[in-house]
Amino acid sequence: MSNVVALDHLFDARRLWRGQPQARPPSRQPTGFPLLDTALPSGGWPEGALSEVLLPLDGIGELGLLWPTLARLTQAGGRVALIGPPYLPFPAAWAHAGVRLERLQVVRAEPRDVPWATEQCLRSAACAAVLCWPQQADDRTLRRLQLAAETGQCLGVAMRPASAAVHASPAALRLVLETRPARLRVLKCRGGNPPSQPLPWPLPVGTPETIPDSHVTAVPDRA
Amino acid sequence: MLWACILLPQLALDGVLRRHADPDEPLVLVDGPVQRRVLRAVNAAAKAQGLRAGLPLATAQAICARFATVEHDPAETTRWHDFLAAWAYRYGAQVSRQMPASLLVEVEASFRLFGPWPRMEALLREDLVALGFRHRIALAPNPWAARALAGVHDGLAITHDAPLKQALGQLPVERAGLPPEAADSLRRMGLRRLVQVYALPRAALGRRVGTDTLDQLDRLTGALATPLDCYQPPDHFESRIEFNYEVGATGQLLFPLRRMTGDLAAYLAGRDGGVQRFVLRLEHERGAATEVPVGLLAPERDAGMLFELARGRLDLVQLAAPVRALQLIARELPPFVPAGRDLFDVRPQQAVPWEQLRERLRARLGDEAVHGLSIRADHRPERAWRDHGDSAEAPPLPRPGWLLPRPIPLRERGLRILAGPERVESGWWDGDVRRDYYVVETAAGQRAWAYCPVGEREGFMLHGWFA
Repeated sequence: MSNVVALDHLFDARRLWRGQPQARPPSRQPTGFPLLDTALPSGGWPEGALSEVLLPLDGIGELGLLWPTLARLTQAGGRVALIGPPYLPFPAAWAHAGVRLERLQVVRAEPRDVPWATEQCLRSAACAAVLCWPQQADDRTLRRLQLAAETGQCLGVAMRPASAAVHASPAALRLVLETRPARLRVLKCRGGNPPSQPLPWPLPVGTPETIPDSHVTAVPDRA
Repeated sequence: MLWACILLPQLALDGVLRRHADPDEPLVLVDGPVQRRVLRAVNAAAKAQGLRAGLPLATAQAICARFATVEHDPAETTRWHDFLAAWAYRYGAQVSRQMPASLLVEVEASFRLFGPWPRMEALLREDLVALGFRHRIALAPNPWAARALAGVHDGLAITHDAPLKQALGQLPVERAGLPPEAADSLRRMGLRRLVQVYALPRAALGRRVGTDTLDQLDRLTGALATPLDCYQPPDHFESRIEFNYEVGATGQLLFPLRRMTGDLAAYLAGRDGGVQRFVLRLEHERGAATEVPVGLLAPERDAGMLFELARGRLDLVQLAAPVRALQLIARELPPFVPAGRDLFDVRPQQAVPWEQLRERLRARLGDEAVHGLSIRADHRPERAWRDHGDSAEAPPLPRPGWLLPRPIPLRERGLRILAGPERVESGWWDGDVRRDYYVVETAAGQRAWAYCPVGEREGFMLHGWFA
């Protein structure tokens, strides 16, 4: 009755395709939080892509999520641009987080100019990371930003209100911070399924040894 | 020495055409007294309609129904001649614009920099095509021969005396740059080519045509060396375009602006400099001109970048009156050091260096829009923040990541004090500050940096967010 076929035979005859034949190359952009890295399919921020961080409120640790990455990039000589931040970045706290202030550039822009300035910075390849705070960003705008990040091989992060979570987005990674209870949810991650369980927030900070040296990207200084 | 002659057969016309948005429309240059206007030069489209130089304007109007006429302006032509001399200066230290409608450049000294003549000739032609000038080029061991040969040939390159003699011999007598009456009398003697002239006994020839002609014949062969006036590039750049119609929108200025910034870049490359500040002057029919200053943080000379930055500034201008002329003035031309770049630096396409990106952002968002951050040694938070300069030591924590531009009342119930108070007392010398700072948590889970008057625990003012 049952027709037994060797699995190898099927593979050889190309009748059967093995999904994801090799593991994806690990991201060279670890988040600095080993727990989050293991939850993400690439093991870090998606490279050359736009990520979204969705926030219900200000002041719930959203910068803490980014500071390890910004510190790593600026210490390697990369330039980081902040486009249209909602408040003044307080230098003492940024410096304490390890961010090299002289590699940080703040771009003040009217809300309508924020997407434009972000696109310019992402596309230029002059920045290692670009953080933006668009007040209103439609699907088309985000798609442009995603494309610009791909073109410029740049790490792009858009900080948006949590209400945007209900809309689809072309961003490669979408994280939502929640308070009461404080937790971090991965809404979408390209190349894998989002973890079913939310992560605790604030994330436990791992020991530095968990990040291999080879992950530190040296960005040549073009000043 | 080897001299290249760049002959510009329609310099006046090209100067006019290059600023016309559609050079394919029939266009003629006219001059002469009002009663007897004569076509001075015609473009290809006008030629196709049957017009040619030398035709009276009335006749031309009878032949062709519609063509644009532009007044021939000798001063304008001189300016273009100067501009091209400034451009040619990049290819050789000795440039002369002494002879009309031609440029003479000593090129042999530049071969080590630009490569052998065929490659250099290609560079010259490439530039001239990009700038929009028709040209003929010839190379010869002396400038006079180069000029004479360029009048007949295009692309001829002679580096030695023997072939030079032969090429000169084949020149028609009337094309050798001899005084007109001498050329005329030689022609009447039945002499058609220079080889026949050189064959004559010198003394007898001198008695017939005069020493001026003999000198010119000697200059052609190189036997007589006459120094040329060499061109010295000026220390500033000015360019002006007058419109024969009124321009009501800045968008219409973009085409002339692109030409001007391109010219500026060509000029800068010639003197190996950059530009840090320039002014666009928009002249109106009456009233003061609108000045649009374009300032850069560092000298630049890339044509595309200069155009983009000038365009960014121009876009912000609200025109009060129609524009009749556009002028670009650059007086500060500091030395330019190109940004170093790594040979093995892998860069994505469309990559833009940071300096250029920064200027682009500043051009659209405003001069103050892009800035860095640094710490200032002051206990008062609002003064511990500044947007540039050297950083002082960071004060002991806790400090929030976000600072509000000015503190606002924190009207919320259920605040939980997590840390504090930290007393900030400072600035008695310029506006005293005495506050107790707390780290408080709101009911929604936000962590705020807020302060009260000293000794109190209510009336919180929100000053930052721990984000």
